[in-house]
Amino acid sequence: MTQHAATSQPVPTVRMRNVVKSFGPVQVLKSVDLDIYAGEVHALAGENGAGKSTLMKILQGVYPITSGSIEVDGHETIIRSANDAEDAGIGMVFQEFSLIPSMTVAQNISLNRERRSRLGLIDDRAAILEATRIFDDLGVSLDPKSNVGGLGTAYWQLVEIAKALSRNAKVLVMDEPTASLARHEVENLFSLIERLKARGIAIVYISHRMDEIRRIADRITVLRDGRVVLSDVLGDLTPPQIIEAIIGRRLASDLVYRDRGHDADAPIVLSATGIASEHVLESVDMTVRAGEIVGLAGLMGSGRTEFARVLYGMDKATRGELRIDGEVVTFSNPRAAQRAGMALIPEDRREQGLVLDHSVSDNLVLPVIDTLRVGPLVSPKKARGLTQQLIREYSVKADDPNAPIRLLSGGNQQKVVVAKWINRAPRVLVMDEPTAGVDIGTKTEILELVREYATAGNSVVFISSELPELLAVSDRIVILRAGRTYREIKRAEVESEEQLQLIIQGVAA
Amino acid sequence: MSISAPKSGESSVTRFLARMDWRSNVIYVAFILVFILFAITLGDSGFLSTNNLLNIVRQTATISVMAVAMTFVIANAEIDLSVGSVAGLASVITAITVTNFGLIPGVLAGLASGAAIGAVNGALVAWLRVPSFLVTLGMLGLAAGLAQWITGSAPQPITDSTYVQIFGGGNLGPIPGLLVWTALAVATGWVVMNRTSYGRRVLATGGNPTAAAYTGIRTARIKFSVLLTSGIVAALAGMLYAGRLESGRFQWGQGDELTVIAAVILGGTSLFGGRGAIIGTLFGSLFMGLVNNGLILAGLDVAQQQVIRGAIIIAAVALSRKK
Ligand SMILES: Nc1ncnc2c1ncn2[C@@H]1O[C@H](COP(=O)(O)OP(=O)(O)OP(=O)(O)O)[C@@H](O)[C@H]1O
Ligand SMILES: [Mg+2]
Repeated sequence: MTQHAATSQPVPTVRMRNVVKSFGPVQVLKSVDLDIYAGEVHALAGENGAGKSTLMKILQGVYPITSGSIEVDGHETIIRSANDAEDAGIGMVFQEFSLIPSMTVAQNISLNRERRSRLGLIDDRAAILEATRIFDDLGVSLDPKSNVGGLGTAYWQLVEIAKALSRNAKVLVMDEPTASLARHEVENLFSLIERLKARGIAIVYISHRMDEIRRIADRITVLRDGRVVLSDVLGDLTPPQIIEAIIGRRLASDLVYRDRGHDADAPIVLSATGIASEHVLESVDMTVRAGEIVGLAGLMGSGRTEFARVLYGMDKATRGELRIDGEVVTFSNPRAAQRAGMALIPEDRREQGLVLDHSVSDNLVLPVIDTLRVGPLVSPKKARGLTQQLIREYSVKADDPNAPIRLLSGGNQQKVVVAKWINRAPRVLVMDEPTAGVDIGTKTEILELVREYATAGNSVVFISSELPELLAVSDRIVILRAGRTYREIKRAEVESEEQLQLIIQGVAA
Repeated sequence: MSISAPKSGESSVTRFLARMDWRSNVIYVAFILVFILFAITLGDSGFLSTNNLLNIVRQTATISVMAVAMTFVIANAEIDLSVGSVAGLASVITAITVTNFGLIPGVLAGLASGAAIGAVNGALVAWLRVPSFLVTLGMLGLAAGLAQWITGSAPQPITDSTYVQIFGGGNLGPIPGLLVWTALAVATGWVVMNRTSYGRRVLATGGNPTAAAYTGIRTARIKFSVLLTSGIVAALAGMLYAGRLESGRFQWGQGDELTVIAAVILGGTSLFGGRGAIIGTLFGSLFMGLVNNGLILAGLDVAQQQVIRGAIIIAAVALSRKK
């Protein structure tokens, strides 16, 4: 962007100039400029591995900068640690949350800067008061004395935001804050962001969801391969322009449903009747035919994930019946479910989908490790071959397949999870929010993979809170409410996203 | 994500049991049950006599003191296996120095030996990132060997009566000095753990080191300080052994590390870090002492005692699985 007459331009709260970051020989950021102004929401977009999180971690003092400069309120500032960032007024709401689960909300908020009484002892009551004041200011009701470990994701975010505000943050960085939020929680977050903006706080908003960016951002910067390819006021841009900047080409296939011409009378592969579980499920019915993709919709807490866990033998059904090919089955553990041809791509990849300290390659080959044996030993050559093939097919961005997978960007970790399970070729693939944190180019690729997989005669159960993608792949949609099957609709009968949304919320029938 | 309210059908008893934090209270239940059991079965053998009960406290004092420091180590998601050997080493160093140079130099030398070992443990763990299990396992052998070596395996008698009075041999009025030491250690430990920002940082580092670091806590320093303190406190325990038994010996404290760790885990501190229960630790130590005492009164021999203690340690670890 060209800089206009400097007089009318306010001083940016944060100005990053020529920021370069290398990890060993790999240059992840190649001279990035970024200006963040008070009271604006600045969207940071780009493909998986483009360097968004890295850029923000530099600002936060998590990674040292390789070269370049950072100015805060017009003053050159050196940020070498989390403390430096805090002093400069930069707060972060992390992509991977960062609270202490064994502590209370108030203790987390005041952590490392606790108020002390005259004796030098911690004044927990002051911390509770402060937390209460911040939550009141934000119009949020949350008990500061509750234990963080027992709270849901949405509350974790609130606590992180409160924690940053209690440290007088002028800039809040939110790295994919809605990735694991339900629809109404997203609404709450957005209205909170509006209030923060009104207070003059600058917000850097990293997201892969175009609709969110268009809704709340004032300005957007797009990174590709560690460079800025676009930085402008959002109002001047059209969605295709933004998407083209992100993926560097026009989008091949859009998020639209294509009738794959599947056989609506194909044999039923999986059927569930009256499934109940210990906690959430009351009575869930669902069938999936060969070659069919069934979308599973519902609000957070409606029991989608719980149902997926039952299908995969992770939780037991207390009532009801599961059949595969018409035969009654009971899965006492995932191993039994796997043998019956089931697979689950779990919702929380870091917790359940990956061994974070193992290499990309080890993670990819783990589900099929038995097929890579020569005699009793795993053949490194076969493992390498398979790894290379999967990395290519799923365009995983990994500089070194032998590096621990936790070093990959979030979206690339997700691709590894998807790749390793599809490669196992289950008859019924259950996917729980498989595109969370995945960039828009990759998302269309993953959806295409799902379609192909079903067209080849396999069955897919697709859980998603993002209705556009749910509508793009599902042949039939089953809606859960409060642990029960509430409705079932053929894709062709759904007229619009809004209509589906209303049905999910129970407003329309 | 909503925290589901208890279903109306459930009885208030199930609700109460579900809400009670079984893990962190199990030690009190166990303590009371075992105490009653012994009171009934061993009442005739003098279990309930004041003297015997004070003896239990006296004999567990060294364990309790070390366990308080160990609570910090374990709450920090580390482990210190060297405490028993450090106690033995400190007992002989103190004994030799008291005899040759006097009381004050003796006390300082004892504490210094613990500080030195704690500092080495801490530095290796915090900055070189060697797992504490390995570092302190090595140190266990090193300190024990050193103590045996410098004394030629011979006991080092202490004749300084002031030393003996202060460190475990004497009484404060009617109260045994060892009880005072235990109370001091527990009170200090409790305040530091629950009421100081240092305690918070220890818990935060143990609970989620990444989050702690992002919050600006210097986690390496915390780890170092925790292991340093554990070394110093282990040395203090060794000096209490030396006072109570009026000599320094390399055998003092041998094997205590397991009793100490079991006491801490039984007391409700999470082996995975993030939680530290000092009062629980005290009861954990007392429980171990109680069991020892009961087994001796019941006439079990050393081998049988060992078997039962081993079983208790396994039970403790099994219980700690569920956070
Ligand atoms: N600590 C590290 N060591 C080595 N490489 C790293 C490290 N952290 C990140 N990288 C690499 O830097 C690149 C950029 O990662 P970054 O997490 O910034 O991407 P991102 O834009 O946030 O992607 P996503 O949208 O998937 O979250 C990736 O290729 C990643 O593998
Ligand atoms: Mg990222």
